[in-house]
Amino acid sequence: MNATAPLLRVENLDVAFGETPVVLDVSFTVNPGECLALVGESGSGKSVTARSLIGLAGPGSTVRANALEVAGVDARGLSQRAWRSIRGKRVGFILQDALTSLDPLRKIGKEIDDALRLHGSGSGAARAARVVELLEAVGLDDPVRRASQRSGELSGGMRQRALIASAIALDPALVIADEPTTALDATIAAQVMDLLGGLRAAGSGMLLISHDLAAVANLADSIAVMQGGRIVESGPAERILGDPQHPYTRALLAAVPAGKPRFAPLSPASTRASTPLPDTPQESQAGGRPVLRAEALSKSFTVPGGPDFAAVKDVGFELHAGRTLGVVGESGSGKTTTARMALGLLAPDAGTVELFGEPWSQVPEAARRTRRSALGAIYQDPLSSFDPRLSAGALLADALSFGATRNPRKHAAKISELLALVGLDKDLAGRNPATLSGGQRQRLAIARALAPNPRVLICDEPVSALDVSIQAQVLDLLDDLQRRLGLSYLFISHDLSVIRHMSDEVLVMQGGKIVESGPTEAVFTAPAHPYTRTLLAASPGVVSGR
Amino acid sequence: MNQPLPAGGRSTRVAGAAARWVLGKIGGGLFVLWAVATAIFFGIRMIPGDPAEAIMGGPGSQASAEALAQARADYGLDAPLYVQYFSQLWRLSTGDLGTSYSLKTPVSEVLGELVPPTLVLAVLALLVAWALALVVAVLSTRSGALGSALASGLEIVSAAVPHFWLASVLIMLFATALGWLPPVSTNAPAGLVLPVATLALPLAGFLGQVMRDTLEAAHRSPFALSARARGESETGVLLRHSLRHAALPGIALSGWAFGSLLSGAVVVESIFARPGLGRSLLSAVTARDIPMVTGVALLSAGAYVVIMAFSDLAERLADPRMAGS
Repeated sequence: MNATAPLLRVENLDVAFGETPVVLDVSFTVNPGECLALVGESGSGKSVTARSLIGLAGPGSTVRANALEVAGVDARGLSQRAWRSIRGKRVGFILQDALTSLDPLRKIGKEIDDALRLHGSGSGAARAARVVELLEAVGLDDPVRRASQRSGELSGGMRQRALIASAIALDPALVIADEPTTALDATIAAQVMDLLGGLRAAGSGMLLISHDLAAVANLADSIAVMQGGRIVESGPAERILGDPQHPYTRALLAAVPAGKPRFAPLSPASTRASTPLPDTPQESQAGGRPVLRAEALSKSFTVPGGPDFAAVKDVGFELHAGRTLGVVGESGSGKTTTARMALGLLAPDAGTVELFGEPWSQVPEAARRTRRSALGAIYQDPLSSFDPRLSAGALLADALSFGATRNPRKHAAKISELLALVGLDKDLAGRNPATLSGGQRQRLAIARALAPNPRVLICDEPVSALDVSIQAQVLDLLDDLQRRLGLSYLFISHDLSVIRHMSDEVLVMQGGKIVESGPTEAVFTAPAHPYTRTLLAASPGVVSGR
Repeated sequence: MNQPLPAGGRSTRVAGAAARWVLGKIGGGLFVLWAVATAIFFGIRMIPGDPAEAIMGGPGSQASAEALAQARADYGLDAPLYVQYFSQLWRLSTGDLGTSYSLKTPVSEVLGELVPPTLVLAVLALLVAWALALVVAVLSTRSGALGSALASGLEIVSAAVPHFWLASVLIMLFATALGWLPPVSTNAPAGLVLPVATLALPLAGFLGQVMRDTLEAAHRSPFALSARARGESETGVLLRHSLRHAALPGIALSGWAFGSLLSGAVVVESIFARPGLGRSLLSAVTARDIPMVTGVALLSAGAYVVIMAFSDLAERLADPRMAGS
């Protein structure tokens, strides 16, 4: 193979499932030591494109191209046997979500060993040594023990590293990574990106796939933006990020919350609710009595066969009317446990929660029930919070009537009003939520939370499962509702740029404790605690954007 | 969940958990045996009629009043119920199953003769059911949506078929019409085919449904895609990944399946005139042979307890995620 020849040359690639075209006329090249990022939202065809490059577009697919050269091999019309000799050996493929991308029944050492064994690399002992070497190379501590663990025993970051180790076991010339950091916390994601950057520096060609332009900005040499199966714009990374030409690229960049001031819209006007806003934001009463106040909350959980796990330690905060209090921290920092105590779903071991100045956490549920309507909640995964047998309208009727009826006809007018409020068509009332898109589902979850006319919404990672462009729409909607209805938000997220864009005040949590708190701008521009500085360093766009 | 396990003290904790598990299984098993013995003791006395008559050869024996009284005294049936109950529990706990009323031989001896044929029947049926379920599952994942739908229909029909009906159809077809196989079962291989098929087909339907679903899901899962992207062949994905996942629900169901095979044996052994536990249980109940009924019931319960423990153990070995639970 000629050293200067491209590792990947794709010309006029078309992929269709049956009669439905999914990828249309896609062309690009990747040279050794170069990283191309393929960016677009769910359904834009980027994952199918990536899978076509290793002959795994899926059952029922037709792949056509004028040129499809993968690691120096003309891959058009390749037999399955020939494909297998390329996969894993010349092309390493890293899927997103390593929890399900590694077989939960097998040791990760076995999974990595498979890649070596399948391509006939060395004896059993040599392979075992190579597995340990690989685990060490991707930065796992105690690699010998890790090799004998299964994916369920590892944290998210460790799993992603193990998955990368299995993909690069044979030093493939080309690495394809499909959303390699999407499910990870900021500091872990930054480490994984560093790891991929190291592979590129060592001479691997790389195809990086993501829905988030900001996530690929540091690594990509060039960027191709996909929409509806086509590449709508492509070029050097600096040009695409600095001077985007296509409206869709601009919309994707605008959707990134990093560096956008509070209440600045992130999504194009066409996707936002059409009714005009009141000119001035609702009067916020920072000096008044807090609507939600927590003092010295603590909660421990018993762990079978181990010491108790202190999930939340001495956490206190005040949320004022019409304001947003952001809570930021990585998985396991106690954010959700705090939210559950604030909602009155979990009794604190110590400390109190007050709602509108009256006791909330320390009174029995019977005394809370009449006041529950003032407090709403939305979660990361709306679908699992919906009863799968109910239509969207029935879900809203249920919430509007406090569980008295699920007949949408009884509340037809109010249901239409709620759907309009969150920017959904009223015809969606008859649909089952499972048939809605991710963004529509989260809008429906917000409509349901708004049904009892709450004053406070507790939002637990409300946009973490969404593409950047859909996230922008949902964040804009929450902004819009706050100003229209004077809502207060307790807004939980692991994403610093989202927190900075949405919050008036912010709490930084680590290991169940608040390590830093204060007005958002003060915390983000002059972080006092080392952990806050670590978090900010791991999310480059958040600081430099402004 | 996301936290890695701490390194220290893991092996001692595992050993402690294993000891607790074994003790729990033994305690639970003893409780089940006691409950079965008690239920049988009181249950069988609710059937109308006099056990003494059964001892003397059944209701038609026309034994004299003196002979019946003598039989009651001989077998302790004239003592108060609670005395009979506790003395029976004591005898059972020492391993003495008593003497059969109708056969006049020790129950343990009778059982010793009856257990092997029934065990052969049940084990063969379980193996055949597993093999059928796996073959159908693997073939259907290889043949697309149509094959999958066809397999699903086949499984539902076979799972729904009652044993007595299936046995009759098989006898009519293969014994009467075609004459390939004997209608009466013997221990010769040919004589085993129809009874084993009768028991295995409905079970294969049950097992096939859960195993095929899991197999198809595993085949479509991201870890299967990862394996293919590593260069694994379809056969490799099947052998190293999907089949293991598909076996999990099958293993979980096998304990239950073995119990259902023992009760299915009652019907099948009667229809095919095959000696075994099932047929003896039927005749023992009809003859009000209390020691025999108690013995068969206790043996079945004991077998069920042991099988469930093994299937639980097999599940833990196959699925390391369960080890901590």
